[in-house]
Amino acid sequence: MAAQGRIVWVSGPAVKADGMADAKMYETVVVGEAKLVGEVIRLTGDVAFIQVYESTSGLKPGEPVIGTGNPLSVLLGPGIIGQLYDGIQRPLRELSKASGSFIGRGITTTPVDMTKEYHFVPVVKVGDEVVGGSVIGTVKETDLIDHSIMLPPDHPGGKIASVVPEGDYNLETDLATIDGTPAIKMYQKWPVRKPRPYKDRYDPTVPLLTGQRVIDTFFPIAKGGTGSIPGAFGTGKTVTLHQIAKWADSQVVVYIGCGERGNEMTEVLVEFPHLTDPRSGKPLMDRTVLVANTSNMPVAAREASIYTGVTIAEYYRDMGKDVVLVADSTSRWAEALREMSGRLEEMPAEEGYPSYLASRLAEFYERAGRVRAAGSPDRDGSVTLVGAVSPSGGDFTEPVTTHTMRFIKTFWALDAKLAYSRHYPSINWMNSYSGYLADIAKWWGSNVSEDWLDLRAEAYGVLQREDTLKEIVRLLGPEALPDEEKLILEVARMIKIGLLQQNSFDDVDTYCSPEKQYKLLKLLVEFYKKGQAVLREGGAELADIRAMSVIASLLKARMDIKDDEMDKLDQIDAQMQEQFQSITGVKITS
Amino acid sequence: MTTTQGGVQYSKIAEIKGPLVIVDDVENAAFDELVEVETRDGEKRLGKVLEVGNGKAIVQVFEGTTGLSVSGTNAKFVGKVMEMPVSREVLGRVFDGLGRPKDNLPDPIADRFIDINGEPMNPEQREYPKDFIQTGVSVIDGMITLVRGQKLPIFSGSGMSHNLLAAQIARQAAVIGTDDEFAVVFAAIGVQYSEAEYFKRSLEESGALKRSVLFLNLADDPAIERIITPRVALTVAEYLAFDLGMHVLVILTDMTNYAEALREISAAREEVPGRKGYPGYLYTDLSTIYERAGKLVGKKGSVTQVPILSMPSDDITHPIPDLTGYITEGQIVLGRDLFRQGIYPPVNILMSLSRLMKDGIGEGSTRADHGEISNQNYDAYSRAQEVRALAGIVGKAGLTEIDLKYMDVGDVFEKEFLSQSIDENRNIEETLTILWKVVSQLPRNELTKVKDKYMDKYYQEQG
Repeated sequence: MAAQGRIVWVSGPAVKADGMADAKMYETVVVGEAKLVGEVIRLTGDVAFIQVYESTSGLKPGEPVIGTGNPLSVLLGPGIIGQLYDGIQRPLRELSKASGSFIGRGITTTPVDMTKEYHFVPVVKVGDEVVGGSVIGTVKETDLIDHSIMLPPDHPGGKIASVVPEGDYNLETDLATIDGTPAIKMYQKWPVRKPRPYKDRYDPTVPLLTGQRVIDTFFPIAKGGTGSIPGAFGTGKTVTLHQIAKWADSQVVVYIGCGERGNEMTEVLVEFPHLTDPRSGKPLMDRTVLVANTSNMPVAAREASIYTGVTIAEYYRDMGKDVVLVADSTSRWAEALREMSGRLEEMPAEEGYPSYLASRLAEFYERAGRVRAAGSPDRDGSVTLVGAVSPSGGDFTEPVTTHTMRFIKTFWALDAKLAYSRHYPSINWMNSYSGYLADIAKWWGSNVSEDWLDLRAEAYGVLQREDTLKEIVRLLGPEALPDEEKLILEVARMIKIGLLQQNSFDDVDTYCSPEKQYKLLKLLVEFYKKGQAVLREGGAELADIRAMSVIASLLKARMDIKDDEMDKLDQIDAQMQEQFQSITGVKITS
Repeated sequence: MTTTQGGVQYSKIAEIKGPLVIVDDVENAAFDELVEVETRDGEKRLGKVLEVGNGKAIVQVFEGTTGLSVSGTNAKFVGKVMEMPVSREVLGRVFDGLGRPKDNLPDPIADRFIDINGEPMNPEQREYPKDFIQTGVSVIDGMITLVRGQKLPIFSGSGMSHNLLAAQIARQAAVIGTDDEFAVVFAAIGVQYSEAEYFKRSLEESGALKRSVLFLNLADDPAIERIITPRVALTVAEYLAFDLGMHVLVILTDMTNYAEALREISAAREEVPGRKGYPGYLYTDLSTIYERAGKLVGKKGSVTQVPILSMPSDDITHPIPDLTGYITEGQIVLGRDLFRQGIYPPVNILMSLSRLMKDGIGEGSTRADHGEISNQNYDAYSRAQEVRALAGIVGKAGLTEIDLKYMDVGDVFEKEFLSQSIDENRNIEETLTILWKVVSQLPRNELTKVKDKYMDKYYQEQG
């Protein structure tokens, strides 16, 4: 029975109502005469503490609160891709039809168009045994997405008693029946705070290729892995996340703008339909779902937006797809938790954040993974979670950053100093790390080249040596170093400019194929080795090396050479060999 | 106790605590509702409901509680949230921090009454800002380009020349090639009389006052009023932009005073503080101000915000600049070193940024080489700073030849590009010419960020 109570107290997004003895924890309720959406987050006697997902301005004690009996859920079915949702899966395009340029309150609408017809192709026949999660057919959702229609994972299963023939049906049509259970439709609902079950879970071993050199080559993330990108404002978090959302080699991207700028979501909306997926040539919007709860939208819905997004990601994972979820920013989500915790008058832990901040973060990142989906046939999919962190004052010792670091395996530390000198992406190579390097080295070995891991180690070694040498330079000036060490500084500079830096706004440089990444890396390492050799044995001086004209071509190669012009990199290689030879006069063998 | 006079309910005040009054025996009051607090001798002050329930309401009194007493003071719940009357007549007018006329003229005849809190813009209905605004200030136009609908704050410190810069932007800001109507909304939030007066005079002299609206909460005006000042100002700005189709530049100064007023209320409510005693919701609260900048699909006008804030002890990691920077689309940071050297405007470009610059510049709006030449200048100036630091330790003798060239870049950049007088209005062509002159101190092969076709056209190596 649904609870029916009355408001007794209002303060910002927090409301208390009495007469709510029948309410359940995390049940969705309808608040006040304006019919605002809320969720029960504490029960004391018959008093429910409710967080309201819309502005409570004008709400009065005495107004009704009505329970819905259901936890906060998302509707999962075809039509999700390409949408822009708010934190509780209300489509913003539909909201604008109801309330214009600004977001009104108390508007109810369905997350997808229930009357739209899709061409359904059944894969089961009458008499087949199915279980929770099994696929009964597919529809074409967009040019890029074949959408599997599945039994809800908690469905008891049974024998298919009837199934419709191939044809066009809308979302409400009964597609199949199993005796003793409700008919299977094209959509299902799932509570956002409950991870969707799966059959089996594997270690991530395949890299998620993002086309960003500093990520793929130096600090890679695996499909089904977790990563975090903390940085002070202006360090390029959002641009990096947009790059991942644009170029990651996944089938579905869920982008959550959690308490961030409105214009950033607009940018995605404007830009993505015009960008094409480098692998399929189709618009990127055909694989993207946006969840936008911008900073000035109600704070409680910001808390929910993360769960809404990850549940949608899991749903597409269950179809056997690789899904990337990007959350910008988890710090704003943590602040929403802090705000509600404060209104609940809970005892605060560090910096006013609730004591359960760490466990909530852990629960969230644990929803990443590479899994075999429940039911038949066998489908392997993954959810990769990438969360931005916005540490206050750029201080990585603050609670959200430190707790996040405990639960993720790839850490891309953005550095304000690099950003100030316009080194983008400003991922600091000394502070960042990837826990997937060993797991995915095999993939690079068999798909690109056997020596990838060695080359990477070599290049990274140069950067590490440079970091130590810089201390000496700082004290004594660059002239105090011997030529061989000056060469390290020179090569480190070349690695930074020619490999680590990447211009997201340059048509060529914005995406870099694994092959091009490998060749650039190889050229730079080769340059270093040859340079060492000519200094040691060839009688050449550093000035000779510095004067080589190939350096400029090498540094501009990332922008000048397109992915389908690999032969031009071979030409640079040839030039380099030639110029090294000419400065020594003898053939160098390294 | 509640009494009824002429159909309106008055409630007794039970407690006064800092800027808050707690009203007892409240029936039928709503969250956020406007409240009139009336003293025994008939003085009326405005406030709003922060919390209501169990027969009590906590009311924040904008004009402060000084002089209020528990006995004899009544509260009237007005039955609506706070609204600002708006019409075209607000142009050229001066209001106080709560939006009441301050120029001895009658109330403007209202066309509409608008809730000052505004509603969040639907991100789906926003139009991505990309129209270049020529401010005539080289460092902004060339390196930190401002576009219509952007929110770009000035991070300053006590005593620095942020007001001169903001006033110069307001006077000179024009959009190339349009005759659209332009308006300035200026909100003084707890600033000194002289600062507000400078701004007013500056608008007056340039003839811009008649298309401006001023909201003045001065340093000696009630602190809690500052919570309202930016909101009434933005309500008027939104009306001018989206109802009347004007391009509105909003200057809010000083947002640090706003945040301090917010902290005062939070402390009075005994809330758990976040960093430095500021409430945990400071970010969310600031966003409800800054996010009111933008452009909308199908509407002609735009709201561009240039908030000014003084960083306590010039510390950019202080919660106010920090949280502001996370919300705004970039920042213009003023540098104490440059200011001490007498450079105006003393903008530290390495710490400054305009996030919307990339879409507002280039072919068709400024010039095709703009993005690359600006990147090259960032790069070169940043190298120049490194070299200067190194020279401070090892002396000029320890520097290489190329390092010395970078020292020149730093000097030319600061003396010829950055420096300009407060009435000098440079167009974008002039600005770009100086940017090329700066990097022309370097040999050609040092310029790795500019395409050869632009190099051939604009680069002229200097001595």
